[in-house]
Amino acid sequence: MICLQNISKNFGKLPVLRNIQLEWRAGSSYGLIGPNGSGKTTLIKCILGLAIPDAGTIHVDGQVIKNQEVYRKKIGYMPQIGRYPDNMTIGQVINMMKAIRPDVTHVDEDLLRAFRLDAMANKRMRTLSGGTRQKVSAALAFLFSPPILILDEPTAGLDPIASEALKEKIAWAKENGKLVVITSHILSDLEELITDIVYLHEGYVRYQNRVATLMQDTGEMRLSRAIAHMLRAQQAAQPLPAA
Amino acid sequence: MSRLLKYVFYDLLRDRFILAYTLFLWVLTSVLFQFDADAGKVILSLMNVVLLVVPLVSIVFSTIHYFNSYEFMELMLVQPIPRKVVFLSQYVGVASSLATAFGVGVGLPVMLFGGGAAGVALLLSGLLLTLVFVSLAFLAAVLTPDKARAIGLALLFWIYFALIYDGLLLWVVYTFSDYPLEKITLVLIAMNPVDLARIILLLQLDISALMGYTGAFYQQFFGSILGLVFSAGVLLIWIALPLFAAYRLFAVKDL
Repeated sequence: MICLQNISKNFGKLPVLRNIQLEWRAGSSYGLIGPNGSGKTTLIKCILGLAIPDAGTIHVDGQVIKNQEVYRKKIGYMPQIGRYPDNMTIGQVINMMKAIRPDVTHVDEDLLRAFRLDAMANKRMRTLSGGTRQKVSAALAFLFSPPILILDEPTAGLDPIASEALKEKIAWAKENGKLVVITSHILSDLEELITDIVYLHEGYVRYQNRVATLMQDTGEMRLSRAIAHMLRAQQAAQPLPAA
Repeated sequence: MSRLLKYVFYDLLRDRFILAYTLFLWVLTSVLFQFDADAGKVILSLMNVVLLVVPLVSIVFSTIHYFNSYEFMELMLVQPIPRKVVFLSQYVGVASSLATAFGVGVGLPVMLFGGGAAGVALLLSGLLLTLVFVSLAFLAAVLTPDKARAIGLALLFWIYFALIYDGLLLWVVYTFSDYPLEKITLVLIAMNPVDLARIILLLQLDISALMGYTGAFYQQFFGSILGLVFSAGVLLIWIALPLFAAYRLFAVKDL
């Protein structure tokens, strides 16, 4: 569904992504992990067309995305920090999103209800807390039932109830044949949600595998321990190239 | 595009600055007409506003607005909307708001009190200068990574075109005064939108006789229909060129 070939991206002299090769399929759920500054957000921005890679091609649903915009109909994106026009209310933002996609007739408002956003539709975005903004971002990502969901740190600032509601929704999306990509530092959160893992470090894809295989290979019961185990093994086998 | 414009306008209408700017221009123009019965003198006073204040307000407001709309643009760009539409709707929104403010603030009173041909020239050059400086503002905004530097660059543009360029032009004319400079100064004037607007206005005000032989030459050139078409055409290029450059940069920019 999403296919990245030889993607490289530099910010000035600093390489952020180096020759990334990835293929992500529908019905799977990918955990994109890595330390801060490893290129996760940049990778996502490249897929969304917000950042333009210096080299390589990206296909979404078989279509090259360069200078295209229609493919974004298929993507629901939840940014790490949702930023919205200050003067608009929650209701206006949601109506605006619906207005720019007049061809979509059925909208999925489950999350709007679960987060009780419909009850505060008249609140201005400026007055919202970080967590509430994140709820808006999450609700917008799922609003048009897109086949691809890209969620950047989805549960980082949410309260436990909202976090559970969102996780349920993600699990539902995965079950219903959608492609889900999640970045997170909270590995215990990812554990129940992902089928595959992609580990990014200093712009390289250092590791990618199915979670089940990773668990089996390392013999660990928990995802965080399995990843630590794998990283140690990998470090021993081939030290990181000098940056 | 029209759907997007609706939201850009909605945002701008909530901005009290545009309203204050309109009111300022309206009060100023009306008061000047109250003080002096001679429309020519009023237009001459207004000329300084048009040549200095209008470009300054246009370029600074547009630059700030671009960065204040950053979130909005980011939000739109992850939707199935082309970059061109996002960019142009911002430009059209800001440019038409500022142009309307000028049209209402200066245009209405000038028409009301009877400004004549000079009044029309004032309106035309004010509107064109507004659009030119909104274009330059967008260029400054896409050239720089943050708001502070963008405003700095925008002010630099303004200082250069409104103040420094004139000095340079004067220096060139003075230094090479032994040579026939008419054609060259014509080209040099075309390189600065503010000068172009000033010449259009001065010639409409019939004070070009004060400028001696050179003035007569410009009167002959700029006073004709051809001259008017030329200067309006060059001002249109001054709108299109920075806007096009800004769009090309925006199209490949990482947000």
